[in-house]
Amino acid sequence: MELYKLTAHELLEKLKNKEITAEEISSSLAKRIEDVDVEVKAYVRTPEKWGQKRGQSPEKGDSPLFFETKGIPVSIKDNICTDGYSTECCSKILEGFKPPYNATVINKINEAGHSFLGLKCNMDEFAFGSSTENSCFGPTRNPWNLESVPGGSSGGSAAAVAGDEAIWALGSDTGGSIRQPASFCGVVGLKPTYGRVSRYGLIAFASSLDQIGPLTKDARDSALLMNIISGFDPLDSTSINIPVPDYTKDLINDAKGLKIGIPKEYFVEGLDPEVKSIVEEAIDKLKGLGAQFKEVSLPHTEYAVPVYYIIATAEASSNLARFDGVQYGLRAKTQGLIDMYKKTRQLGFGDEAKRRIILGTFALSHGYYDAYYLRALKVRTLIKQDFDNVFKDFDCIVTPTSPTAAFKIGDKVDDPLKMYLSDIYTISVNLAGIPAISIPCGFTKKGLPVGLQILSRHFNESALFRLAYTYEQNTEWHKMKPKL
Amino acid sequence: MGIDKKTVEGVAHLARIELEPKELEKLSHQLEHILAFIDKLSVLNTDNVPPTSHILPLNNVLRKDETKPSLSIEKTLANAPAKQGNFFVVPKVIE
Repeated sequence: MELYKLTAHELLEKLKNKEITAEEISSSLAKRIEDVDVEVKAYVRTPEKWGQKRGQSPEKGDSPLFFETKGIPVSIKDNICTDGYSTECCSKILEGFKPPYNATVINKINEAGHSFLGLKCNMDEFAFGSSTENSCFGPTRNPWNLESVPGGSSGGSAAAVAGDEAIWALGSDTGGSIRQPASFCGVVGLKPTYGRVSRYGLIAFASSLDQIGPLTKDARDSALLMNIISGFDPLDSTSINIPVPDYTKDLINDAKGLKIGIPKEYFVEGLDPEVKSIVEEAIDKLKGLGAQFKEVSLPHTEYAVPVYYIIATAEASSNLARFDGVQYGLRAKTQGLIDMYKKTRQLGFGDEAKRRIILGTFALSHGYYDAYYLRALKVRTLIKQDFDNVFKDFDCIVTPTSPTAAFKIGDKVDDPLKMYLSDIYTISVNLAGIPAISIPCGFTKKGLPVGLQILSRHFNESALFRLAYTYEQNTEWHKMKPKL
Repeated sequence: MGIDKKTVEGVAHLARIELEPKELEKLSHQLEHILAFIDKLSVLNTDNVPPTSHILPLNNVLRKDETKPSLSIEKTLANAPAKQGNFFVVPKVIE
């Protein structure tokens, strides 16, 4: 049996019934990765046991031995710390970095009887990007069309799940980095409420926006993984100390009585007509299942991208100051200390990282702070208030996850602003700190997946799971597999 | 408000990033373009809007001042590009 094709909950059932062993799962995955990752390049390095050089993908004929895994192995994005195993944010500046501790989510996975797969997933350098092209290891390719991007920044995690190279995976989402690749790759991706999941051991991009979340084959696996990783952590002062519900109890096949808003600002020029009609069909489907829809307004939507690119870059410029060649990673050989910093950062950071650090430093610098950073924080308040107003009367908001399906590799690399605008539907969620999920809801004529995004109020992941599960139980999109 | 090459050069120095002349040229142009887009925020009247630096109503988070185990010196220095004894080695700071 091809175990790698199954979901985590299917495999858990088989483990429980002693039909299979954990070793059989990992060796099935290893074989699959050997067979297809040469093309997809979802993973950036092979296990230390394979004895390969940094950044090389596994080649056919390599030993499929992983280190010992337990339960259902989880594939991990390259910015989540794994004790003793390379964690480099797909950046040259972190070359060779092996964290001296685990991220809290990794400890929680271990405590739940599972383990890290032993391979790191590709990403845009420091999660700066929407296509996984900004990786020092080169781009990941979309399993549905190898000429297309998988989305980003968690493109490796999404492609691994879509290509059955992972049972389930973790990514991080600062402005859409879980949901947009989930949409492009036809998998389920959840950004939890800010504070729901500990950020301890997640290498910080923008601390007021970052959240770790699951990328999975269906809603049940997403709920199961959320049960494992959620909860208060004394090591993250922004994690919230409130009880975590059992999310599998929200997997109810019934949308009756759910009140859902459709924001008119999301269905405007720039939205691909094919994506629009696929999303409208999904909305019709949910209407047929008893959900009540009404048009709503989020009037400050158009300001979300500019606000984000001030706040996120400002926070990033501060967070990335730690990469200076002193304690870890790359160090350029120079004479003086300042020269060492400047040369190390020139050699270590890629173009997009430099762009964002300099933009963020500018927004925070004397004379520009009020006009850019402070103004952005104020408009963030307006964006948050838009959501607060809608959620007074509605349980959820439904939108497309992305204005287009996956674009071609190379299409947007030379135009940063065009790339930033591909996150136009996901960014507001991070600014408001609310949870959102992307689920597969159809395919374009060219055979590329389209995602439906569901949003809800703070700490109401339950509504997301209920609606996502209802939709899944009445459609087949999440069962479609790419030909690899 | 715009951004010129000289400003970018100054900010890059503050951010401790060396830029080749070609990099500086390209970056200045791109940042100008991005900032022109960001300037759309200036049409909003935000005089009476409070800033949101954090989305949740968190106050100071305190813990007891207790001694707990921390990373060993060996583990702390394991990733150092240069080390000597129990120290990170950096280029000479004072001549």
